[in-house]
Amino acid sequence: MDLRPEVLKPPRVEVGLLGWLKKNLFSTWYNALLTIFSLAFIYIVLRVIITWVVHDARWEVVVINLKVFMIGRYPREEAWRVLAGLGIVVFLAALTWIFRGAKGSPVKRWLMIGWLLSFPLIGILLRGFSRENRFLPLVSENVWSGLLLTLVLAIVGIIASFPLGVLLALGRRSKLPAIKVICTAYIETIRGVPLISVLFMSQLMLPLFLPPGLRLGTVMRALTGMTLFSAAYAAENVRGGLAAVPIGQYEAARAVGLNKVLVMALIVLPQALRTVIPAIVGQFISLFKDTTLVVIVGLLDLLGIAKAVTGQREFIGLHQEVYCFIAVLFFICCYAMSYASRRLEKVLGVGER
Amino acid sequence: MQKEKLETAEDIIICQNVHKWFGNFHVLQGVNITVKRGEVVVVCGPSGSGKSTFIRTINRLEEHQRGNIIVDGIELTNDLRNIHAIQREIGMVFQQFNLFPHLKVIDNITLAPIWVRRWSKEKAVQVAMELLERVGIPEQANKYPGQLSGGQQQRLAIARALAMQPKIMLFDEPTSALDPEMIKEVLDVMVELARSGITMIVITHEMGFAKEVANRIFFFADGYFVEHNTTEEFFINPREERTKSFLSQILTH
Repeated sequence: MDLRPEVLKPPRVEVGLLGWLKKNLFSTWYNALLTIFSLAFIYIVLRVIITWVVHDARWEVVVINLKVFMIGRYPREEAWRVLAGLGIVVFLAALTWIFRGAKGSPVKRWLMIGWLLSFPLIGILLRGFSRENRFLPLVSENVWSGLLLTLVLAIVGIIASFPLGVLLALGRRSKLPAIKVICTAYIETIRGVPLISVLFMSQLMLPLFLPPGLRLGTVMRALTGMTLFSAAYAAENVRGGLAAVPIGQYEAARAVGLNKVLVMALIVLPQALRTVIPAIVGQFISLFKDTTLVVIVGLLDLLGIAKAVTGQREFIGLHQEVYCFIAVLFFICCYAMSYASRRLEKVLGVGER
Repeated sequence: MQKEKLETAEDIIICQNVHKWFGNFHVLQGVNITVKRGEVVVVCGPSGSGKSTFIRTINRLEEHQRGNIIVDGIELTNDLRNIHAIQREIGMVFQQFNLFPHLKVIDNITLAPIWVRRWSKEKAVQVAMELLERVGIPEQANKYPGQLSGGQQQRLAIARALAMQPKIMLFDEPTSALDPEMIKEVLDVMVELARSGITMIVITHEMGFAKEVANRIFFFADGYFVEHNTTEEFFINPREERTKSFLSQILTH
């Protein structure tokens, strides 16, 4: 008889749909009972939802106001500029997707430059120059609203608060007492205050700190407030990542002759930031959702627009449809971020110990 | 006068009466050692005696609080230029490897030459590949350190340290964290290195290695060098009781 290991077959398992059902849903009598109850519950809930979505809901309120939700009070004749901005982003995203495998090629560098340039470019595109400018007349950011405003607040807030947060985290771990105290005080103060009050303060107090000639609009002030708020939380997340880098990494980096700046930039930060991706993205997702709070300083973000739409005479009583639509939009954006974060973790996790 | 100057030129590391405290704990209690250019010195001694702390003061991973350390004619002071100059002369290999896990094997080696020595990428890669050949793992160049065995990781750590073309190599118990079957491959690399003429200070309990290549062996205990001798004499004629009992402990097995 031949008993070499490769001759032995793995033990037979039940396969196919029936096998799976039996193994996972009906393995014991109480499991079967639970399965039946769950199915009944799902059926009831789904029936209510589907009936409402298909029969009762009056989706024309969303269809008619789609443009309003997207760009709010942005002048209709200038709406192409928003589309053009979106086009730039889609174009760059598509290129990034196509060249995702080409590691270290010059294309990647150009894409990076493209992304960096795209932000000021889109900003100029949306805002324009002066009122008299024939091609890009001024569209003050105070009339930006709807999903456009939500995205601008979230994206600029995220991009500005991240580097600020890293600097604050490094400052908090600094050996220089003055820097350490200032950073710690800043982080703890902001973390001890609700976002709403930071938003109010940024509206009322920010002008006091600016030179007399410079006046920031409501949106810019709200943006500053959100950035300053988010940076403090980012700092704490990054600090956690910094603490997770073993002391041996600092020592090895110094032993090969790197100076302090290079030790941080090449060895410590890359490892620290990688470990805090989930936390940082989670924080950015909540920042995205917190943009809805700008309603209280009089801005019309997506939620503010929803409120305005349902307040109109012809759409009275259609709250459910509008808010469901808004919820779906938020879900899509947040889920996309969460998905991107998981992808990023996977891509960067190659050399994990 | 002339003779003294020549002697300092010949001595690449001079430590005189080096002291250090961790809080109230007097960890280095007047360490004296002089290492000649090209000499291979093995340091042994009981764990917790401070030998690791001592070797780390030489490249400023630990700061000494009293006494003088002179490396290749440069005195180790708080002057950052001196510290960096000395750190560039010295390569170090750690017990726990301390490789950079987020960088590929080849990038672990080329990082410092590119950023500190300002070499071109081509030159750095070429030198790195030669070093990987030398330590016997050229086929691992594009993997990450985490994908290597312990022995390969430590050999990579040696290659990384050599990439800066140091005059001195410090080894802090390089084989203590390795599985027994991997110790030999690392020691083989170190033996080859020792014969190449580079100055080495090696903390190790591998007495076979010491007998094979060390010029002198130092016994470190209680924060200072209790005694030192040429390799032959050290094992046959230990002078101090402390050394005798230590030797009997490590050599009986």
